[in-house]
Amino acid sequence: MSKVIVVTSGKGGVGKTTSSAAIGAGLATRGHKTVVIDFDVGLRNLDMIMGCERRVVFDFINVIQGDAKLKQALIKDRRLENLYVLPTSQTRDKDALTKEGVKAVLDELRQEFDYIVCDSPAGIERGAHLAMYYADEAVVVTNPEVSSVRDSDRVLGLLNSKTALAEKGDGSAVKAQLLLTRFDQNRSASGEMMSVEDVLEILAIPLLGIIPESTSVLKASNEGTPVSLDDKSPAGRAYLDAVGRLVGEQIEMRVNPGEQRRGFFQRLLGRTA
Amino acid sequence: MFGFSFRQRKPSSAQTAKERLQILLAHERSSGGANPDFLPLLQRDILEVVRRHMQIDGDAVDIKLERSDDLSSLEINIELPYAKQLKTQGAG
Repeated sequence: MSKVIVVTSGKGGVGKTTSSAAIGAGLATRGHKTVVIDFDVGLRNLDMIMGCERRVVFDFINVIQGDAKLKQALIKDRRLENLYVLPTSQTRDKDALTKEGVKAVLDELRQEFDYIVCDSPAGIERGAHLAMYYADEAVVVTNPEVSSVRDSDRVLGLLNSKTALAEKGDGSAVKAQLLLTRFDQNRSASGEMMSVEDVLEILAIPLLGIIPESTSVLKASNEGTPVSLDDKSPAGRAYLDAVGRLVGEQIEMRVNPGEQRRGFFQRLLGRTA
Repeated sequence: MFGFSFRQRKPSSAQTAKERLQILLAHERSSGGANPDFLPLLQRDILEVVRRHMQIDGDAVDIKLERSDDLSSLEINIELPYAKQLKTQGAG
Protein backbone atom coordinates (compact mmCIF):
# COMPACT_ATOMS: atom_id res chain seq x y z
CA MET A 1 0.00 0.00 0.00
CA SER A 2 1.43 3.34 -0.99
CA LYS A 3 1.31 6.34 1.27
CA VAL A 4 0.87 10.00 0.42
CA ILE A 5 2.71 12.20 2.90
CA VAL A 6 2.39 15.99 2.84
CA VAL A 7 5.21 18.11 4.23
CA THR A 8 3.55 21.31 5.33
CA SER A 9 3.90 24.20 7.80
CA GLY A 10 1.87 27.27 6.97
CA LYS A 11 4.85 29.53 7.55
CA GLY A 12 7.52 29.91 4.89
CA GLY A 13 11.22 29.35 5.37
CA VAL A 14 10.93 26.77 8.14
CA GLY A 15 12.39 23.93 6.07
CA LYS A 16 9.59 22.25 4.12
CA THR A 17 11.57 21.71 0.95
CA THR A 18 14.75 20.75 2.80
CA SER A 19 12.68 18.27 4.82
CA SER A 20 10.83 16.92 1.77
CA ALA A 21 14.13 16.26 0.01
CA ALA A 22 15.73 14.74 3.11
CA ILE A 23 12.73 12.52 3.88
CA GLY A 24 12.40 11.44 0.24
CA ALA A 25 16.09 10.52 0.06
CA GLY A 26 15.87 8.77 3.44
CA LEU A 27 12.92 6.65 2.32
CA ALA A 28 14.66 5.77 -0.95
CA THR A 29 17.85 4.83 0.92
CA ARG A 30 15.77 2.35 2.86
CA GLY A 31 14.68 0.76 -0.39
CA HIS A 32 11.22 2.32 -0.67
CA LYS A 33 10.35 3.57 -4.12
CA THR A 34 9.71 7.24 -3.48
CA VAL A 35 8.67 10.32 -5.45
CA VAL A 36 8.81 13.87 -4.14
CA ILE A 37 6.35 16.31 -5.75
CA ASP A 38 6.79 20.08 -5.76
CA PHE A 39 3.39 21.77 -5.22
CA ASP A 40 4.77 25.31 -5.16
CA VAL A 41 3.55 26.31 -8.62
CA GLY A 42 5.39 29.34 -9.99
CA LEU A 43 8.22 29.14 -7.47
CA ARG A 44 9.96 25.92 -8.34
CA ASN A 45 12.67 25.07 -5.82
CA LEU A 46 12.61 21.39 -4.97
CA ASP A 47 14.60 20.69 -8.16
CA MET A 48 17.45 22.91 -6.89
CA ILE A 49 17.47 21.39 -3.42
CA MET A 50 17.57 17.91 -4.96
CA GLY A 51 20.14 18.92 -7.57
CA CYS A 52 18.18 18.06 -10.71
CA GLU A 53 17.38 21.59 -11.90
CA ARG A 54 19.19 21.15 -15.19
CA ARG A 55 17.17 18.11 -16.13
CA VAL A 56 13.65 19.50 -15.87
CA VAL A 57 11.79 19.08 -19.14
CA PHE A 58 8.14 18.54 -18.32
CA ASP A 59 6.43 19.30 -15.05
CA PHE A 60 3.50 18.48 -12.79
CA ILE A 61 1.27 21.04 -14.55
CA ASN A 62 2.12 19.65 -18.01
CA VAL A 63 0.99 16.25 -16.75
CA ILE A 64 -2.22 17.61 -15.19
CA GLN A 65 -3.06 19.41 -18.42
CA GLY A 66 -2.31 16.36 -20.55
CA ASP A 67 0.66 17.92 -22.36
CA ALA A 68 3.05 15.26 -21.12
CA LYS A 69 2.94 11.75 -19.78
CA LEU A 70 3.75 11.23 -16.12
CA LYS A 71 6.79 9.12 -16.94
CA GLN A 72 8.21 11.93 -19.07
CA ALA A 73 7.94 14.43 -16.23
CA LEU A 74 9.41 12.21 -13.50
CA ILE A 75 13.12 12.86 -12.99
CA LYS A 76 15.10 9.93 -11.70
CA ASP A 77 17.66 10.79 -9.05
CA ARG A 78 21.24 10.12 -10.12
CA ARG A 79 22.38 9.01 -6.65
CA LEU A 80 19.53 6.82 -5.45
CA GLU A 81 17.90 4.05 -7.45
CA ASN A 82 14.46 4.45 -5.83
CA LEU A 83 14.16 8.22 -5.82
CA TYR A 84 12.22 10.38 -8.27
CA VAL A 85 11.27 14.06 -8.44
CA LEU A 86 8.15 15.52 -10.01
CA PRO A 87 9.00 19.21 -10.49
CA THR A 88 6.43 21.95 -10.60
CA SER A 89 5.95 24.64 -13.24
CA GLN A 90 7.99 27.81 -12.99
CA THR A 91 5.77 29.77 -15.35
CA ARG A 92 2.17 29.01 -14.43
CA ASP A 93 0.30 30.08 -11.35
CA LYS A 94 -1.38 28.07 -8.66
CA ASP A 95 -4.72 28.11 -10.49
CA ALA A 96 -3.25 25.57 -12.90
CA LEU A 97 -3.65 23.01 -10.11
CA THR A 98 -7.05 21.35 -9.99
CA LYS A 99 -8.41 18.89 -7.49
CA GLU A 100 -9.24 16.37 -10.22
CA GLY A 101 -5.85 16.82 -11.88
CA VAL A 102 -3.96 16.31 -8.63
CA LYS A 103 -6.06 13.26 -7.81
CA ALA A 104 -5.42 11.69 -11.22
CA VAL A 105 -1.65 12.15 -10.91
CA LEU A 106 -1.56 10.84 -7.32
CA ASP A 107 -3.68 7.82 -8.29
CA GLU A 108 -1.25 7.01 -11.09
CA LEU A 109 1.75 7.45 -8.78
CA ARG A 110 0.16 5.20 -6.16
CA GLN A 111 0.32 2.36 -8.69
CA GLU A 112 4.08 2.52 -8.80
CA PHE A 113 5.48 4.16 -5.67
CA ASP A 114 5.61 3.16 -2.01
CA TYR A 115 5.82 6.75 -0.80
CA ILE A 116 4.62 9.96 -2.40
CA VAL A 117 6.01 13.00 -0.59
CA CYS A 118 4.13 16.24 -1.34
CA ASP A 119 6.24 19.35 -0.75
CA SER A 120 3.65 21.99 0.12
CA PRO A 121 4.06 25.69 -0.63
CA ALA A 122 3.88 28.12 2.29
CA GLY A 123 0.56 29.67 3.12
CA ILE A 124 -2.87 28.10 3.20
CA GLU A 125 -4.07 28.87 -0.29
CA ARG A 126 -4.80 26.62 -3.23
CA GLY A 127 -1.34 25.04 -3.61
CA ALA A 128 -1.05 24.26 0.09
CA HIS A 129 -4.64 23.03 0.24
CA LEU A 130 -4.18 20.67 -2.70
CA ALA A 131 -0.83 19.42 -1.39
CA MET A 132 -2.55 18.23 1.80
CA TYR A 133 -5.95 17.32 0.37
CA TYR A 134 -5.24 13.70 -0.61
CA ALA A 135 -2.65 12.99 2.10
CA ASP A 136 -2.70 9.94 4.33
CA GLU A 137 -0.12 11.44 6.67
CA ALA A 138 1.32 14.88 7.35
CA VAL A 139 4.72 16.01 8.51
CA VAL A 140 4.23 19.42 10.09
CA VAL A 141 7.53 21.28 9.93
CA THR A 142 7.86 23.77 12.76
CA ASN A 143 10.61 26.00 14.14
CA PRO A 144 10.67 26.62 17.89
CA GLU A 145 9.51 30.18 17.31
CA VAL A 146 6.13 31.82 17.97
CA SER A 147 4.93 32.58 14.44
CA SER A 148 5.90 29.16 13.16
CA VAL A 149 4.10 27.35 15.99
CA ARG A 150 1.02 29.49 15.49
CA ASP A 151 0.93 28.78 11.76
CA SER A 152 1.45 25.06 12.38
CA ASP A 153 -1.56 25.08 14.67
CA ARG A 154 -3.61 26.67 11.88
CA VAL A 155 -2.39 24.03 9.42
CA LEU A 156 -3.32 21.26 11.86
CA GLY A 157 -6.84 22.69 11.93
CA LEU A 158 -6.98 22.48 8.13
CA LEU A 159 -5.62 18.92 8.11
CA ASN A 160 -8.46 17.99 10.44
CA SER A 161 -11.18 19.60 8.35
CA LYS A 162 -10.20 20.34 4.74
CA THR A 163 -8.78 17.05 3.54
CA ALA A 164 -10.32 14.12 1.68
CA LEU A 165 -9.94 11.90 4.75
CA ALA A 166 -11.52 14.46 7.08
CA GLU A 167 -14.39 15.05 4.65
CA LYS A 168 -15.28 11.35 4.67
CA GLY A 169 -16.87 12.09 8.02
CA ASP A 170 -16.33 8.58 9.34
CA GLY A 171 -13.69 9.56 11.85
CA SER A 172 -10.84 9.13 9.38
CA ALA A 173 -8.05 11.65 9.81
CA VAL A 174 -4.71 12.56 8.34
CA LYS A 175 -2.06 11.29 10.72
CA ALA A 176 -0.08 14.42 11.57
CA GLN A 177 3.34 14.37 13.20
CA LEU A 178 5.63 17.20 14.24
CA LEU A 179 9.08 17.71 12.79
CA LEU A 180 10.84 20.35 14.85
CA THR A 181 13.56 21.95 12.74
CA ARG A 182 16.37 24.44 13.42
CA PHE A 183 16.38 23.40 17.05
CA ASP A 184 19.27 24.62 19.20
CA GLN A 185 19.78 22.56 22.30
CA ASN A 186 21.96 25.09 24.07
CA ARG A 187 19.65 28.03 23.50
CA SER A 188 16.70 25.93 24.58
CA ALA A 189 18.51 24.78 27.73
CA SER A 190 19.30 28.37 28.64
CA GLY A 191 15.68 29.42 28.14
CA GLU A 192 16.27 31.51 25.01
CA MET A 193 14.32 29.11 22.82
CA MET A 194 11.17 27.12 23.49
CA SER A 195 11.87 23.53 24.45
CA VAL A 196 10.67 20.50 22.51
CA GLU A 197 8.25 19.89 25.38
CA ASP A 198 6.87 23.43 25.13
CA VAL A 199 6.09 23.05 21.42
CA LEU A 200 4.61 19.58 21.90
CA GLU A 201 2.42 20.84 24.72
CA ILE A 202 0.99 23.57 22.49
CA LEU A 203 0.50 21.58 19.29
CA ALA A 204 -0.41 18.29 20.98
CA ILE A 205 0.65 15.97 18.15
CA PRO A 206 3.21 13.13 18.16
CA LEU A 207 6.84 14.07 17.62
CA LEU A 208 8.43 12.66 14.47
CA GLY A 209 11.86 14.14 14.96
CA ILE A 210 14.06 16.99 16.12
CA ILE A 211 16.41 18.43 13.52
CA PRO A 212 19.22 20.44 15.07
CA GLU A 213 20.25 23.78 13.61
CA SER A 214 23.22 22.75 11.50
CA THR A 215 25.63 24.33 9.07
CA SER A 216 25.37 21.24 6.88
CA VAL A 217 21.84 22.21 5.81
CA LEU A 218 23.11 25.23 3.86
CA LYS A 219 25.99 23.22 2.46
CA ALA A 220 23.59 20.54 1.25
CA SER A 221 21.37 23.16 -0.37
CA ASN A 222 24.40 24.81 -2.02
CA GLU A 223 25.35 21.51 -3.56
CA GLY A 224 21.89 20.24 -4.39
CA THR A 225 22.18 17.17 -2.20
CA PRO A 226 19.46 16.10 0.24
CA VAL A 227 20.99 16.65 3.69
CA SER A 228 20.05 13.13 4.79
CA LEU A 229 22.66 11.79 2.34
CA ASP A 230 25.36 13.48 4.44
CA ASP A 231 25.87 10.98 7.24
CA LYS A 232 28.47 13.17 8.91
CA SER A 233 25.87 15.86 9.44
CA PRO A 234 23.91 15.93 12.74
CA ALA A 235 20.89 17.22 10.81
CA GLY A 236 21.29 14.47 8.21
CA ARG A 237 21.37 11.79 10.89
CA ALA A 238 18.38 13.34 12.65
CA TYR A 239 16.42 13.19 9.38
CA LEU A 240 17.34 9.52 8.95
CA ASP A 241 16.05 8.83 12.47
CA ALA A 242 12.83 10.70 11.64
CA VAL A 243 12.41 8.64 8.47
CA GLY A 244 12.85 5.47 10.50
CA ARG A 245 10.03 6.60 12.79
CA LEU A 246 7.93 7.57 9.78
CA VAL A 247 8.05 3.96 8.54
CA GLY A 248 7.14 2.71 11.99
CA GLU A 249 10.41 1.94 13.72
CA GLN A 250 11.01 2.72 17.36
CA ILE A 251 14.03 5.02 17.47
CA GLU A 252 15.18 6.90 20.52
CA MET A 253 14.67 10.68 20.23
CA ARG A 254 18.04 12.45 20.13
CA VAL A 255 18.91 16.02 19.19
CA ASN A 256 22.34 15.22 17.84
CA PRO A 257 22.24 11.55 16.86
CA GLY A 258 25.66 9.99 17.10
CA GLU A 259 26.92 12.43 19.70
CA GLN A 260 27.39 11.65 23.35
CA ARG A 261 25.83 14.77 24.86
CA ARG A 262 22.42 13.31 25.49
CA GLY A 263 21.87 14.02 29.16
CA PHE A 264 19.36 16.78 28.60
CA PHE A 265 17.26 14.73 26.28
CA GLN A 266 17.29 11.64 28.35
CA ARG A 267 15.93 13.79 31.12
CA LEU A 268 13.39 15.29 28.77
CA LEU A 269 12.25 11.91 27.53
CA GLY A 270 12.06 10.66 31.07
CA ARG A 271 9.52 13.37 31.69
CA THR A 272 7.47 13.05 28.55
CA ALA A 273 7.41 9.28 28.26
CA MET B 1 48.43 20.45 6.17
CA PHE B 2 50.08 17.88 3.97
CA GLY B 3 47.16 16.92 1.74
CA PHE B 4 46.64 20.58 1.02
CA SER B 5 49.53 20.95 -1.41
CA PHE B 6 48.87 17.67 -3.19
CA ARG B 7 45.15 17.79 -3.73
CA GLN B 8 43.48 20.16 -6.08
CA ARG B 9 41.20 22.37 -4.07
CA LYS B 10 37.61 21.29 -4.24
CA PRO B 11 35.31 24.21 -4.94
CA SER B 12 33.56 25.44 -1.80
CA SER B 13 29.87 24.68 -1.53
CA ALA B 14 29.14 28.41 -1.78
CA GLN B 15 31.01 28.49 -5.10
CA THR B 16 28.99 25.49 -6.27
CA ALA B 17 25.78 27.25 -5.26
CA LYS B 18 26.72 30.38 -7.16
CA GLU B 19 27.59 28.46 -10.30
CA ARG B 20 24.40 26.42 -10.19
CA LEU B 21 22.35 29.59 -9.87
CA GLN B 22 24.22 31.37 -12.65
CA ILE B 23 23.58 28.52 -15.08
CA LEU B 24 19.94 28.11 -14.12
CA LEU B 25 19.08 31.80 -14.07
CA ALA B 26 20.85 32.46 -17.37
CA HIS B 27 18.51 29.95 -18.96
CA GLU B 28 15.40 31.18 -17.16
CA ARG B 29 16.10 34.82 -18.02
CA SER B 30 16.94 34.16 -21.65
CA SER B 31 13.63 32.40 -22.17
CA GLY B 32 11.78 35.48 -20.91
CA GLY B 33 11.59 34.32 -17.34
CA ALA B 34 10.07 31.10 -18.58
CA ASN B 35 11.11 27.50 -18.51
CA PRO B 36 10.85 25.71 -21.83
CA ASP B 37 7.09 25.62 -22.07
CA PHE B 38 7.48 25.16 -25.79
CA LEU B 39 8.47 21.55 -25.23
CA PRO B 40 4.95 20.13 -25.13
CA LEU B 41 4.24 22.02 -28.37
CA LEU B 42 7.49 20.79 -29.90
CA GLN B 43 6.55 17.26 -28.96
CA ARG B 44 3.15 17.62 -30.57
CA ASP B 45 4.71 19.02 -33.75
CA ILE B 46 7.27 16.22 -33.98
CA LEU B 47 4.55 13.64 -33.56
CA GLU B 48 2.53 15.28 -36.31
CA VAL B 49 5.43 15.41 -38.75
CA VAL B 50 6.52 11.83 -38.13
CA ARG B 51 2.93 10.64 -38.46
CA ARG B 52 2.81 11.99 -42.00
CA HIS B 53 5.25 9.25 -42.88
CA MET B 54 4.52 6.42 -40.49
CA GLN B 55 2.20 5.31 -37.73
CA ILE B 56 3.61 5.91 -34.25
CA ASP B 57 2.13 5.93 -30.75
CA GLY B 58 1.31 9.13 -28.91
CA ASP B 59 3.92 8.33 -26.29
CA ALA B 60 6.57 7.17 -28.75
CA VAL B 61 8.34 10.53 -28.54
CA ASP B 62 10.62 11.14 -25.59
CA ILE B 63 12.25 14.53 -25.04
CA LYS B 64 15.13 15.17 -22.66
CA LEU B 65 16.86 18.44 -21.95
CA GLU B 66 20.23 18.87 -20.27
CA ARG B 67 21.53 22.32 -19.42
CA SER B 68 25.06 23.32 -18.59
CA ASP B 69 26.90 26.64 -18.69
CA ASP B 70 28.26 26.58 -22.22
CA LEU B 71 26.05 23.98 -23.84
CA SER B 72 22.50 22.71 -23.64
CA SER B 73 21.41 19.60 -25.39
CA LEU B 74 17.97 18.56 -26.49
CA GLU B 75 17.65 14.84 -26.92
CA ILE B 76 14.69 13.54 -28.86
CA ASN B 77 14.02 9.83 -29.01
CA ILE B 78 11.35 8.48 -31.30
CA GLU B 79 10.41 4.89 -30.93
CA LEU B 80 9.64 3.50 -34.36
CA PRO B 81 6.92 0.91 -34.81
CA TYR B 82 9.21 -1.27 -36.93
CA ALA B 83 11.67 -1.71 -34.04
CA LYS B 84 8.76 -2.41 -31.73
CA GLN B 85 7.37 -5.13 -34.00
CA LEU B 86 10.77 -6.76 -34.19
CA LYS B 87 10.99 -6.71 -30.42
CA THR B 88 7.59 -8.32 -29.92
CA GLN B 89 8.37 -10.90 -32.59
CA GLY B 90 11.67 -11.66 -30.91
CA ALA B 91 9.98 -12.03 -27.55
CA GLY B 92 7.18 -14.18 -28.96
